[in-house]
Amino acid sequence: MPEQAESTAGSPTLEIKDFLRRRREQIAQRWADEPLFRAVFTVSRDEAVEAGKAVVDALAQVADAARLEDPDAAGFTEVREQLARMGTARSRAGLSTAQVSGELAALRPPVENLLLADLPDAPAEHTRACVTALSVLMGTLRVVVMQTALSEGQALIDRQRLQLLEVATPVIKLWDGIVAVPLIGTLDSARSQVVMETLLESIVEQQARYAILDITGVPTVDSLVAQHLMKTVAAARLMGAECIVSGIRPAIAQTMVHLGLDLGTVVTRASLADALGYVLHQLGVGIVTPGANGTGTSGAVAR
Amino acid sequence: MSQAFPGAHGAPVTGHVPVLRLGEVLLVTLQGDLHDSTAQQLQEDLAETIVHSGATGVVIDVSGVEIVDSFLGRILAEIAGQTGLLAARTVLVGMRPAVAITLVELGLTLPGVHTALSTEVAMELLRQQAPSSRFGGLRQERL
Amino acid sequence: MHTAAGSQARLPIRSDMDLVWVRQHVRQTAAQLGFGLVDQTKLVTAASELARNTLVYGGGGTMETETLTGGATPGLRLTFSDEGPGIPDLEQALSDGFTSGEGLGMGLGGARRLVHEFSIDSSPGAGTTVRVASWVGRPPRPREEA
Repeated sequence: MPEQAESTAGSPTLEIKDFLRRRREQIAQRWADEPLFRAVFTVSRDEAVEAGKAVVDALAQVADAARLEDPDAAGFTEVREQLARMGTARSRAGLSTAQVSGELAALRPPVENLLLADLPDAPAEHTRACVTALSVLMGTLRVVVMQTALSEGQALIDRQRLQLLEVATPVIKLWDGIVAVPLIGTLDSARSQVVMETLLESIVEQQARYAILDITGVPTVDSLVAQHLMKTVAAARLMGAECIVSGIRPAIAQTMVHLGLDLGTVVTRASLADALGYVLHQLGVGIVTPGANGTGTSGAVAR
Repeated sequence: MSQAFPGAHGAPVTGHVPVLRLGEVLLVTLQGDLHDSTAQQLQEDLAETIVHSGATGVVIDVSGVEIVDSFLGRILAEIAGQTGLLAARTVLVGMRPAVAITLVELGLTLPGVHTALSTEVAMELLRQQAPSSRFGGLRQERL
Repeated sequence: MHTAAGSQARLPIRSDMDLVWVRQHVRQTAAQLGFGLVDQTKLVTAASELARNTLVYGGGGTMETETLTGGATPGLRLTFSDEGPGIPDLEQALSDGFTSGEGLGMGLGGARRLVHEFSIDSSPGAGTTVRVASWVGRPPRPREEA
């Protein structure tokens, strides 16, 4: 790699770069025994050493570019993924952010000792400058790991959240012109919005004149949830569909009365089956039960 | 089509919205972004047309409307109220989900207005429940 | 974000024709920023309410749009200013007056529920400034208990 014009010979930054290249093997060997590497690279010690070398190379490249304090330095690009993997592996193992940060800090002393051993006759001033430069560089490494680990964690949370929202809101076509959404779990603002939009979209898609919102699986109905239900019903009505709320368990009905919550003009039914029965009746579809007409078949027929 | 509905291409609709007559029913198709004065004009035009034609139903297709604010919302409610006084019924057709959600959030649920998913359903609705209008059963038979 | 940070535009609100331009401008800007269809519609509707207020009660004014790129997701801020008579009783103006007909500040309460952030600055004789902002992908604010 060509020497950078701006790093003058003998400067602490340049010294660090040369030192890292020279002691690459030894640094990686020492790091391989540190908890951070040992715990993450479990296949073999060689694997940990190789990973350590990659990090040393990255640091040397960053020093070469004289960007000791820049977490966005190009030198980190190639090891960013590996560092993220190390960070997330440790936090998944149950370590707190502070503990992971501590493990990263523990990587510095072995390197510093090697550096001091390399500078026995250097003037105190120069030694101090070199140690400071190394500390800065190792600090930047710490920032990079914490950054990537955090953004990785956030991306994971966002991804799971979105998946959960979608998985938790299936729209089922029960009959020609009838759709149902069985709601399971707590309804917060974000989820209510997804439920409302999904249901209304499916009303258009299926040209469904009736939609059933089943809240059997919703643990509590507070004023916020009641409000969301009423908004959904009102929006469906504006589009030309009737929305029925089913599955209001006795305990929930009681709480709602206590809270003074009123679903107003919303049509409610005790169970999804009751709601379906009501809608089929509205559509003029009769239910034929076994034995009722002597044929022994069960099903619905248009009146 | 593009001549009849200048709003279809995103240009604001000004002037008159065409009112089509299908037997006893007046069909209005709103599209694009409506000018306030155009909406007010429609309200006047409809009242006049109902009186002159003796129509028993008004179908307003809003499937091409991207936004209904409280002004247009109130005009639609007033059209329904006013056609009711003239013994006709108004059905609002094809409101988009985003528009419906927004109207509810605004607090405008248009309680006096009938709604339907499609013009077909709206026509069926008007046929089934024709009001005991000025012309009573005579109209219903002719439908 | 490679879009120009904090890009701004200023539109006049002098006639009901201008309301149409305000709506179309907000719709376009919101769509470019990546707002979903429902959020676009809410923003455009809020803009329409506030622009009409500016026109009818403020005797005309301006709308300024400003894209916000500082947050986790992009946002859009709209500022409506007029030099009209101002609003003597803000609290009353923000209560749901729109259902009762042609009240002062009609539509303010409704517009407030359609956006993430809402602030109003007004005093008699000094005009009115309403600022609203929304961000892409943020869930709507729960409605305040009356």
